[in-house]
Amino acid sequence: MISNEKTTIGAVLSAPVRWLAEAIDIPMRWWQGIAGRPGMISFFLIPNLLIFGMFVLVPLFINIVYSVTGGTELFLSDRSYVGGAHFNRLLECENHFNPNSCREDLFWIALWNTIKFVFTQVSVMIVFAVITALILNGKIRARAFWRAVFFFPVLLSPVVVGLIWQWMLQRQGVFNFILFQFDAQAINWLTERTWAFGAAVGVSIWAHVGFYVLILLAGLQAIPRDLYEAAEMDGTPPARAFWRITLPLLWPNLLVVIVLALIRAVQVFDEVYVLTGGGPGTSNLYLTQYIYEVGFASILRNPGLASAASLIMASILVVLTLAQLGLTRWKDKK
Amino acid sequence: MKAITFLTRRRGGDTWHWTDVVTFAWLGFGLIIMFGPAIWLVMSSFKSPAQLAEFPPTILPYVSETVEVPVKGTMKELPLYTVTTEGEAPRELAEVRRVGIIANMVDPADPETVIKVNINDRTPVRRVGLALENYAKPLRDFNFGLYLWNSVFVTGVATIITLITNSMAAFALSKYDFRGRNAVLLLIVATLMIPISVNIVPLYSVVSSLGLLNSLWGVILPTVATPTGVFLLRQYMLTIPDELLEAARMDKASEWQIYWRIILPLTAPALAVLAIFSVVWRWNDFLWPLIVLSRKELFTLQVGLNTFAGELNVQWHFILAMTVATMIPVVLVFVFLQRYITAGIAGTGLK
Repeated sequence: MISNEKTTIGAVLSAPVRWLAEAIDIPMRWWQGIAGRPGMISFFLIPNLLIFGMFVLVPLFINIVYSVTGGTELFLSDRSYVGGAHFNRLLECENHFNPNSCREDLFWIALWNTIKFVFTQVSVMIVFAVITALILNGKIRARAFWRAVFFFPVLLSPVVVGLIWQWMLQRQGVFNFILFQFDAQAINWLTERTWAFGAAVGVSIWAHVGFYVLILLAGLQAIPRDLYEAAEMDGTPPARAFWRITLPLLWPNLLVVIVLALIRAVQVFDEVYVLTGGGPGTSNLYLTQYIYEVGFASILRNPGLASAASLIMASILVVLTLAQLGLTRWKDKK
Repeated sequence: MKAITFLTRRRGGDTWHWTDVVTFAWLGFGLIIMFGPAIWLVMSSFKSPAQLAEFPPTILPYVSETVEVPVKGTMKELPLYTVTTEGEAPRELAEVRRVGIIANMVDPADPETVIKVNINDRTPVRRVGLALENYAKPLRDFNFGLYLWNSVFVTGVATIITLITNSMAAFALSKYDFRGRNAVLLLIVATLMIPISVNIVPLYSVVSSLGLLNSLWGVILPTVATPTGVFLLRQYMLTIPDELLEAARMDKASEWQIYWRIILPLTAPALAVLAIFSVVWRWNDFLWPLIVLSRKELFTLQVGLNTFAGELNVQWHFILAMTVATMIPVVLVFVFLQRYITAGIAGTGLK
């Protein structure tokens, strides 16, 4: 009875949509009569390709043109050719390990910060994700609930994540209250350089770890149970079963997950930007924020320089993505 | 008895193994770390500004108790305090007026006699309650109603356009053989590598020359041609047998009818996954709307919230309430559609 009612309501609601589709069919048949099946193929493809071309391919081309032209104008015809000047400006350094000796010191600060962030965040997060996935794959009750606990921050927006943690890490926040309970000194989590970097890493792990837990858990569950049963029958200790069965079979998944995490970490921006605004000072300035600020926010707006920087970042990402595609193919073959 | 043995049963046997201890410790730690912040946010969002400023903080939100007392002939609502002076039992008194550290207080039962109390000898009477004006005021007075509408509009329209254009393209790329198909596919794979953060500067100039700056369409259009969506749907459509299409053609169905009546209904599960992800992506978008929208009345909830948090002299009670409001739709999606989301991620690595 209930399901019957549902279908009636559904039918009433979907009726206008169906009529619309039937009405569209009349011009469609006419068009098919003129253009034939190839015409229909292009009809199906064109909307997507049009948007795709306009907002992905054209910008890509413009990006390259921007990076070799100068000035603050946005129209290509108003810009003059400067060759590799932007790249030279970005890459010119006395000592590449010391950003202060570079012409574009902010770019190098952002680049080194990003490298530091990527390695810290990815390594801690992956270890955390592997342990969690292993535990969730064990014999526990309410697995779906626990998986949800670790996963739900993934869906929160960066602004929400940033604000939740800003609230908890502020001077009068709950973290300092916990320290206070233990008679410890209050910490300026977001205004001291080292702590602010640690906070950025921690918050970004909190926000993303669930995604990797989910993928690793799926990988673990795909390992056939009888392998473990056979190992148990042979009297293999669990630790050995982990090193000899779990790890080798999870390894392809793990590699793909690591590269995926690297790709995401290189682009770090929004939640950290909301959390600390990139500060204190430049301690949380990362590449995306550098591009954003040079391209849009600063008074000395320089689209060419921002484009050159984003091409450098894109080349890092392309290498990582190619690695990921290769690894996925290798994993599927295995 | 049976239930207890059932609940306490552990791996392998009846006894606790050290791995069980580790498991429960880890899960407990995870529960606090992952869930705690959200609970803390919701609790804090219902606290009054005065209570938020308190240190140490309380977990539950409280409101101060008041009492109606006749003062010089008129009824007034006065805050209630518990007063403890030396040598006397604690009493509940209402504050009429405060001068420096001395408060003039009255007993609600006997409003004529004024009692002078040192403010260090009293604590406000409170009960658990919600400061709902934290929510009401921003939605009414600070444009948040408008931001909410903008976000709903962007999310809804972008998701519909994504579903239509992506499914049409996926249909053409999976069910027809034509010259250049592989080239198109390759192009799409290639652009999977280019995230929007790399393309923001030139994308801005494209959107600007199309006259879409400061328009919600400027937020919507660049995001709808997701290569991920086309890919996901195409993989799914490849599993639909071609015989179905041939049979429909025999029955004189047009190509449009084949797409609309056969392919789309059969692709429903994949469309559902894409729809859910598209809603979450668009609702949460931050960087791109931040760049395109500079007029306040066009802000989406995310941009509005960020600006609000940055510009006001940190009115945390409003910020926290609006943060909760911003995450509600996503939490609802998660609670009701979790199955699709986890299946989508585990199956395709979508995010």
